[in-house]
Amino acid sequence: MRHIIAVLLENEAGALSRVAGLFSARGYNIESLTVAPTDDPTLSRMTLVTTGNDEIVEQIKKQLNKLIDTVKLLDLSEGPHIEREMMMVKVRAEREDREELKRLTDIFRAKIIDVTDTSYVIELTGASRKLDAFIDTLPGGAIIEVVRSGPTGIARGEKGLVL
Amino acid sequence: MELSGGEIVVQALLDEGVEYVFGYPGGSVLHIYDALFNKGGVKHILVRHEQAAAHAADGYARSTGKCGVCLVTSGPGATNAVTGIATAYMDSVPMVVLTGQVPTPFIGSDAFQEVDTVGITRPCVKHNFLVKDVRDLAETIRKAFYIATTGRPGPVVVDIPKDVTDPNVKVPYTYPKDVKLRSYSPVERGHLGQIRRAVDLMLEAKRPIFYTGGGVVLGEGSAELRALVQATGFPVTSTLMGLGAVPGTDTQFLGMLGMHGTYEANMAMHETDVLIAVGARFDDRVTGKIEHFCPHAKIVHIDVDPSSISKNVKVDVPIVGQVASVLADMLRLYQEQATSQRASQLADWWAKIAEWRRVECLRYDQDPAAAIKPQFAVETLYKVTQGELYLASDVGQHQMFAAQFYPFDEPRRWINSGGLGTMGFGLPAAIGAQLAHPEAQVACISGDASILMCIQELATCLQYSLPIKVVLLNNGYMGMVRQWQELFYESRYSQSYVDALPDFVKLAESFGHVGMRVERPGDLEGAMRDAFAMKDRFVFMDVLVDPTENVYPMIVAGKGHHEMQLSPGLSDRELS
Ligand SMILES: Cc1cc2nc3c(=O)[nH]c(=O)nc-3n(C[C@H](O)[C@H](O)[C@H](O)COP(=O)(O)OP(=O)(O)OC[C@H]3O[C@@H](n4cnc5c(N)ncnc54)[C@H](O)[C@@H]3O)c2cc1C
Ligand SMILES: Cc1ncc(C[n+]2csc(CCOP(=O)(O)OP(=O)(O)O)c2C)c(N)n1
Repeated sequence: MRHIIAVLLENEAGALSRVAGLFSARGYNIESLTVAPTDDPTLSRMTLVTTGNDEIVEQIKKQLNKLIDTVKLLDLSEGPHIEREMMMVKVRAEREDREELKRLTDIFRAKIIDVTDTSYVIELTGASRKLDAFIDTLPGGAIIEVVRSGPTGIARGEKGLVL
Repeated sequence: MELSGGEIVVQALLDEGVEYVFGYPGGSVLHIYDALFNKGGVKHILVRHEQAAAHAADGYARSTGKCGVCLVTSGPGATNAVTGIATAYMDSVPMVVLTGQVPTPFIGSDAFQEVDTVGITRPCVKHNFLVKDVRDLAETIRKAFYIATTGRPGPVVVDIPKDVTDPNVKVPYTYPKDVKLRSYSPVERGHLGQIRRAVDLMLEAKRPIFYTGGGVVLGEGSAELRALVQATGFPVTSTLMGLGAVPGTDTQFLGMLGMHGTYEANMAMHETDVLIAVGARFDDRVTGKIEHFCPHAKIVHIDVDPSSISKNVKVDVPIVGQVASVLADMLRLYQEQATSQRASQLADWWAKIAEWRRVECLRYDQDPAAAIKPQFAVETLYKVTQGELYLASDVGQHQMFAAQFYPFDEPRRWINSGGLGTMGFGLPAAIGAQLAHPEAQVACISGDASILMCIQELATCLQYSLPIKVVLLNNGYMGMVRQWQELFYESRYSQSYVDALPDFVKLAESFGHVGMRVERPGDLEGAMRDAFAMKDRFVFMDVLVDPTENVYPMIVAGKGHHEMQLSPGLSDRELS
């Protein structure tokens, strides 16, 4: 099963490589991993998406918790939560395609954030599935480049993953 | 007090109460060595290879429970130490390793003797640090000791760039008494509700058994375990790492379990209905084929590390906590509820065990006119030392024979590399143990292949007049490898013959020690008595043993506990 796990880490050099090293050393799957500092500059927050059966995911969480740099961990998939991923797509936008691309962008509530005579950069935020759907919808051959942030997530309700 | 970084290292070790540092100098730790020279106070033991520095610190730690400390230079010094660090990591030994590093401005430039020590050691340490500012040095060292010695112990590396120890840069020094890490808070007490559930199972059990491991030794839980074993009347078996936590001579002790465990211990594991695992991690050498593991049992598991629990085998009652406190709680709850007939309800179980014991799975025959059997050599060692011994071991058949035939009645007496199985561990580990216990008898049991992996340490033993006794079970083979090749590769002894062995007697003598060779069974006891009588000499006993002997019982890969292979002489007789 797919799990999305949020981790508060000490914002120390090397913390990220400990996590990455853990996944490769123990052969765990890692679909995506994003990390950035939080409002508290001593902490970074990492979101990682992994897959595995219950036992493996349990071990992954235990092993993550065991890292000395891990301050707190939450398996978002265990409760109601919101997931968002950001994507930028560079597409070929020649004269005849421009209108169609613009229309698709509107339908998906995406934004065109860069325009040249022959191309657009389209920005889209949402659940990963929505991003997948947008890519599938684009006309064949239109895509020049896709860049995705990997999902981040937050639990619903007033409780937060904080110190 | 204003100190330079080099002085801070030494002062911090003093404040930490460190007695010995095992090390080897080099460019990037010269400031620290200079501070050691000037300040004194911490005794430095100069080994002859950094691997041995780590193993000696490890042997010191295992034999005392205190944190081992070693100090090595950057680059090759650090990489040489890695085997020793990984060895300590696999067996959860508390250790602080100080490594020199190139000066901070040079880091990342492929400078002379630069390696990414933090990167190289990351997967085999509990934690590691790179200190970039001398003002962080004292606190980082304190943190390193704290992390290494609490929770599930393990090695911690502190990588110190040379400019951080610059004698010309002095900063105010205070050694923090306590450190708090918001991201690290090891558990102490176990959850009482869980302990109660475990006790309920224990009260109902018909065929219970304790399966105890290195965690009992590491967590100083031996007294509590003994009390619980006695109060319950349950049988107990131990992993290789837990030997001595309950007395090896105790009638409730069934011997070691696992690949080379006893028939009675493994059969009891197969038949048990309630397994109480205490500070043991269900290693594959112990479980055999997981699908066959304890097929009838409810499993209780006490461990301080949650990630040890249900890692290999799913357990029914997990208890996270320190062995000593959990066992004490368990004993209290058990005694509150157990009736006076409880112990007698186990009579059938003990009768069954007595049957298994009658197989005498460890029996061997020593023909007085033939070569010395390695088992006989270990039994003679026990006879001569009466259990009054710290025994360090290398890796191979000799290690297994020692585990089977030398009953340890106290914890911390048996010092061996179980998890990593590092040949070369024995001699330097014995150095650490002898320094920690200067008045005690310390021996190293080894094989002709293992001993050569850290043989240079004979020089260290001379320098510090360490009266260690090496008992070399010399079979002319990498015996353990040869055994596998005999059993699984139709006796194709590919590269397992240690051709061109040195004359070990002369070798020992050339290092200034006493060498002895024993070839006949009848001479062994006398020779050992002579050796141990030399209280102030290092004695190297080259004991020529039967080159064809194999270690039995054996659970071969893919088999369960009940499918043990017994020694060929025995297996014809039984296995009902
Ligand atoms: C040639 C060879 C053959 C071997 N054959 C066998 C064999 O036949 N049988 C055998 O048993 N082993 C054998 N081994 C050793 C084996 O590889 C493992 O090292 C060993 O089984 C692990 O022992 P353990 O489970 O006690 O774990 P350890 O490695 O000692 O781990 C200790 C456990 O206790 C926990 N712990 C630590 N401190 C505490 C505390 N304070 N409170 C609570 N829990 C704590 C830890 O988290 C960990 O889970 C062999 C090794 C070699 C090299
Ligand atoms: C550093 C290292 N290399 C290789 C091995 C694999 N190995 C395990 S036992 C063994 C043979 C040990 O031979 P010896 O020391 O003579 O002991 P014996 O088995 O003969 O008692 C080998 C090569 C190991 N455990 N450690």
